[in-house]
Amino acid sequence: MSLDGATRPLIHARALTKRFAAFTAVDAVDFDVARGEAFGFLGPNGAGKTSTMRMIGCTSPISGGELRILDMDPRHDGPQIRARLGVVPQHDTLDNELTVRENLLIYGRYFGLTREECARRADDLLEFVQLADRGKDLVEPLSGGMKRRLTIARSLINEPDVMLLDEPTTGLDPQARHLVWDRLYRLKQRGVTLVLTTHYMDEAEQLCDRLVVMDKAKIVAEGSPQELIQRYSTKEVAEFRFAPGIQETLDGQFEGLAERVERLPDRVLLYADDGEDVVLAARDRGLHPETVLVRRSTLEDVFLRLTGRSLVE
Amino acid sequence: MAALTDARGRTTAPGPGLASSWTTIARVIEHRALQYRRTFRASLFSSFGIPVLFLTAMGLGLGGYVDQNPDPSLAGLTYLQFLAPGLLAATVMQSGSFEAAFPILGGLQWNKIFHAMFATPIRALDIVLGNLAWIAIRLTMISIAFSIVVVAFGASRSPLIVVAIPAAVLTGLAFTAPIMAFTATQRTPDRFAAMFRFGITPLFLFSGTFYPIESLPGFLQPVAWISPLWHGVDLCRQLMLGTVDRDPVLAIVHVVVLGAITVAGVLAAARTFEARLVRG
Repeated sequence: MSLDGATRPLIHARALTKRFAAFTAVDAVDFDVARGEAFGFLGPNGAGKTSTMRMIGCTSPISGGELRILDMDPRHDGPQIRARLGVVPQHDTLDNELTVRENLLIYGRYFGLTREECARRADDLLEFVQLADRGKDLVEPLSGGMKRRLTIARSLINEPDVMLLDEPTTGLDPQARHLVWDRLYRLKQRGVTLVLTTHYMDEAEQLCDRLVVMDKAKIVAEGSPQELIQRYSTKEVAEFRFAPGIQETLDGQFEGLAERVERLPDRVLLYADDGEDVVLAARDRGLHPETVLVRRSTLEDVFLRLTGRSLVE
Repeated sequence: MAALTDARGRTTAPGPGLASSWTTIARVIEHRALQYRRTFRASLFSSFGIPVLFLTAMGLGLGGYVDQNPDPSLAGLTYLQFLAPGLLAATVMQSGSFEAAFPILGGLQWNKIFHAMFATPIRALDIVLGNLAWIAIRLTMISIAFSIVVVAFGASRSPLIVVAIPAAVLTGLAFTAPIMAFTATQRTPDRFAAMFRFGITPLFLFSGTFYPIESLPGFLQPVAWISPLWHGVDLCRQLMLGTVDRDPVLAIVHVVVLGAITVAGVLAAARTFEARLVRG
């Protein structure tokens, strides 16, 4: 590893492409991930996030473009790169025939660690993901959140330079999600580079220093969550919900009320820097929504602006 | 994190091509052995129990009936002595086929542990060879247990029974390797039932396990000749009865046929595993 490795991006992709027969899953995307950064791919299901992650993880060969990971080429150096990655796949791939602790021990062996080293790290990691008291239990009876935390612990057994997390909290209940976020946040504090995919805008906002928005195999925007919101949305949003049937009869009444109006099937979103002003102005025009919500703009609004669709359908 | 260089320094970098290092294979064996510890007792019980059942029912029961009118093709052997080596090869074939089907599909499809392994430095070929090596160990254990039972039944006629153990294991691997290649193309176990019903069971019945293939109607005899199990059965029989010196060329042909099927199976499995693991 050369000294200037610290300044060069850990992951460097130019015109990166993945094709499956006639279908293009990832279409010429460019991105760089710096050391110590938490970098996200935000997009709906089918946007190409997992295919991108699998190429970075060196388990799926690239179809075109350029990809360098840790200054190595995945086409030739797959095993050497994988030795320094920690992978948390979308669906758990734990060994149900082993105990919680054995899952960590045996995984460390695949990275060439000695048994003593595996045992030491396994105990530390079980402590870190708050599973120390479940070490001797089989994996099967664990809750979804516990399995996720065990998968995260397993991915850390080789003390990776980069963690790849594919939808780390999909399918977890809110409490379990917060526990996972808390652990990932601690890893980030320790300087571990995180690369994650998500279709939850709150997850992206909580964890990512920088992210790219993906839609239909392409990157449509890039920046920090705050930058993206500033660039593509207003400070606030007023959400109006009308009684069934009313929204369809309204036409033109929202004209000029806000900087931008999005009409979704179940509600109308009015984008403005001061949401309360919009609510008052709407009342003056004789609009009577059933419910009114004024909130700050989120990445969901950014996504809606960029693609015309919601993230989670 | 702290010990990055440490972890890096210790990671292995397997070379290119088909070469696979013993250390990576040894890790897969270690993993499988750890899993096996939980089912060890039940498995040991059946390793001894099945030969006891078969040799009692077929060897002593059916054999007692057959030996009342000894057939010249048995060449002075008791039926139990004739049956034991064939049954050894056939039992190992069944175990080797089973091990290549359900546990392998489990790793690829159900708990997806092979996909987790593929995210570490080890490669698809390492996963194939490691599992094959583990299955070879299991088949050796089964063959040893079987041979102990055969000796206890007084059905062994030659110290070469010791060499019949690797011969039986090779017979098993000639089924394990190609079936592993097939398993990696499957997402459900649906076709395994057909494979056992229309593949393994007919071979079990028509490969000279229970009677010399010369007893079959003439048109069926070539079926036995192309059966990999027949090669295994005949090889084990030559060794266990100490008759290998009568036709050593045939014994070599058996070993070459079984070895060639195994190698072809490994090459096929390396491709199907790679394709499957890359696809995800």
